[in-house]
Amino acid sequence: MDAILIQFLNGLDKGGAYALIALGLTLVFGTLGVVNFAHGAIFMIGSFVAVAFRQLLTLERVELSETELSPWGTALEIRTPYALEWFGDFGNVLIDYSVPIAVLLAIPVMYLLGVLMERGLIKHFYKRPHAEQILVTFGLAIVLGEVARTFFGANPIPQPMPEAVRGAADIGILFGMAEHAVTYPWWRLIYFVFSLVVIGAVFAFLRFTTFGLVVRAGMSDRETVGLLGININRRFTIVFGLAAVVAGIAGVMYTPLLPPTYSLGMDFLVLSFVVVVVGGMGSLPGAVAAGFLLGILQSFAAMTEVKAIFPGIDQVIIYLVAVVILLVRPRGLFGRKGVMEN
Amino acid sequence: MLTLPKKELIKFVIFAVVVLTMPVWLTPFGASYPGLLQKFAIYGLLAVGFNILFGLTGYLSFGHAAFLGVGSYAAVWSFKLLTMNAIPAVVFAVILSGLFALAIGYLSLRRSGIYFSILTLAFAQMSYNLAYSVLTPITNGETGLQLTLQDPRVLDLAFSEREAGLPIVTLFGIDMAGYGGFYFSAVLLIAGFFIAQKITTSPFGLVLKGIKSNQNRMNYTGVNTRPYTLAAFVISGMYAGLAGGLLAVTDPLAGAERMQWTASGELVLMTILGGVGTMFGPVLGAWIMKYLENIFSAFNENVLHGFFAFLPDNLESVVVLIASKFVGEGWHLTLGLMFVFVVVFLPGGLMEGYRRFVNRFFNGGKAKAEAPDKQTQPAE
Repeated sequence: MDAILIQFLNGLDKGGAYALIALGLTLVFGTLGVVNFAHGAIFMIGSFVAVAFRQLLTLERVELSETELSPWGTALEIRTPYALEWFGDFGNVLIDYSVPIAVLLAIPVMYLLGVLMERGLIKHFYKRPHAEQILVTFGLAIVLGEVARTFFGANPIPQPMPEAVRGAADIGILFGMAEHAVTYPWWRLIYFVFSLVVIGAVFAFLRFTTFGLVVRAGMSDRETVGLLGININRRFTIVFGLAAVVAGIAGVMYTPLLPPTYSLGMDFLVLSFVVVVVGGMGSLPGAVAAGFLLGILQSFAAMTEVKAIFPGIDQVIIYLVAVVILLVRPRGLFGRKGVMEN
Repeated sequence: MLTLPKKELIKFVIFAVVVLTMPVWLTPFGASYPGLLQKFAIYGLLAVGFNILFGLTGYLSFGHAAFLGVGSYAAVWSFKLLTMNAIPAVVFAVILSGLFALAIGYLSLRRSGIYFSILTLAFAQMSYNLAYSVLTPITNGETGLQLTLQDPRVLDLAFSEREAGLPIVTLFGIDMAGYGGFYFSAVLLIAGFFIAQKITTSPFGLVLKGIKSNQNRMNYTGVNTRPYTLAAFVISGMYAGLAGGLLAVTDPLAGAERMQWTASGELVLMTILGGVGTMFGPVLGAWIMKYLENIFSAFNENVLHGFFAFLPDNLESVVVLIASKFVGEGWHLTLGLMFVFVVVFLPGGLMEGYRRFVNRFFNGGKAKAEAPDKQTQPAE
């Protein structure tokens, strides 16, 4: 029982990341009808926003000390981060909480990036075949990845999580188990809650605002909405920006769990596409459900007991599920009728 | 059986001459050394095969690298177990990858469009992940499969003594590492090109083109399209396997990274760059890409400084700083940009660019551009 609960929990944070990426992917596909292979790259750029923010915060002024000498006789270097100098102790707090604060920074940055991408490139591809959309966004993904590598190098850059949440939460007690029977790192728990909040916000936005109403209408029948005199294109630009923000902040918050590197985008892209297909192309609840489902399945497949029966299952479980779903239930779990079928 | 329509025959002869004289006419470009020439021939073959699937039927496979990998592994195992001769290795590579393609194709082709792409991608990623982990006894995992001194090599050792040092791949005595490997690959490339031409001009090829333009209508006409697409998939998988086998012939080691999906992506890029659905396009795309890859990744700042030496000093350092981001390690950036530009402005690839050029300047722009494969879309 403990083991099962632990694996279940382990799947949640990864599932949250999958769900968030797949959500944006589905949103873009459902509204704009564009298959965006650059979406993983947006996630990656988001994670580098966190890296850049921290690097900015920890910029240091180097002074040579006049009195003290280092062990080898030269003047000792005194390094003071500018953040400390300007804000005092608050600077320390800033640096400590750089990752959560970077989320705030990432929202405008990612929105701008999304709008730029849509206006600059994607909008010319609405009417083109899906194969060309795949190809051009694939090219764009390569470019974004390489740009990130030019600025941040090829090595993963670990991001520390805030001091206060480095420990593990004793989840077991909540379920009436013994102490320390089931512990779970705080940050993963935070990530899970964070993803739930973001997903909830996106759904609420689409469900309860006029803007969301128009977007949902556009998802089901774009032409009619256009005929009603609504400038659907402008709204779709905003939707693309929104999808970029969701993927971007998902990337920011994921940095303490997985050090960002330029190839992160490609790694997550394949997985999140599989998630979208399993959930059903164009279905938002499907994307979320499939994200969590695959995350949890993946963590169960990583159990030694399971691996003893099916060697290597942890490596292929996601793809296996995708293959089975596509062959047995081509619309995916929640797929709507008529989406990408003919 | 070995005949072609006159127009195709001319194309074939031109192609054969161009390929066989590559060591000569590539000399001014600085690309005339065996290592690169072999790559030209092998990746050309790969692209020709991919075009049979993507260009003719419109099914966009994102998992072709898996067949390349299977071919390489099969060839290296043939070296290890049987003989260092290249022929059995290549034969095994083709057969095994064909079987592999049959299995994957049988399942994947139940869906079309983007679902097909995702299915092939999923299968390729599964093979890649398995090759890295559980299948280590067969694939030797991260290290890659290599020749060792203790290999059984049954056939070779039945006739001769084990020599000191690692054996080399030969074709009845011809060393396959240098120009021998190039000519071997080049002959196979020409043969592969011929087969592709035969397929394109045959009734079978016509059905494939019909599937691309409208699969529903083909079904209504009473053609069961599944066997045709499956045949195209398997043939194209066998080409990829052959290319993988040749990679192992020219350099006898095989690694799992050959199967990664970025390798499949690269193959798609080559085909698009040259022009999907044309005969020369994919080969041209493969050559240009391999050439630029080689040239660009060899550049470094010193070369750039030499190149831009005519500029004033300040300007020069700025230009070099910018340019250095696009060469060497940053070659992929150039690749990505090039790719975006081709898809945006020239969806038909270089071959379409050539056609437009000819139309504008030699036909006075009067003749309408005949673009039979203007748009490549996944079969619907």
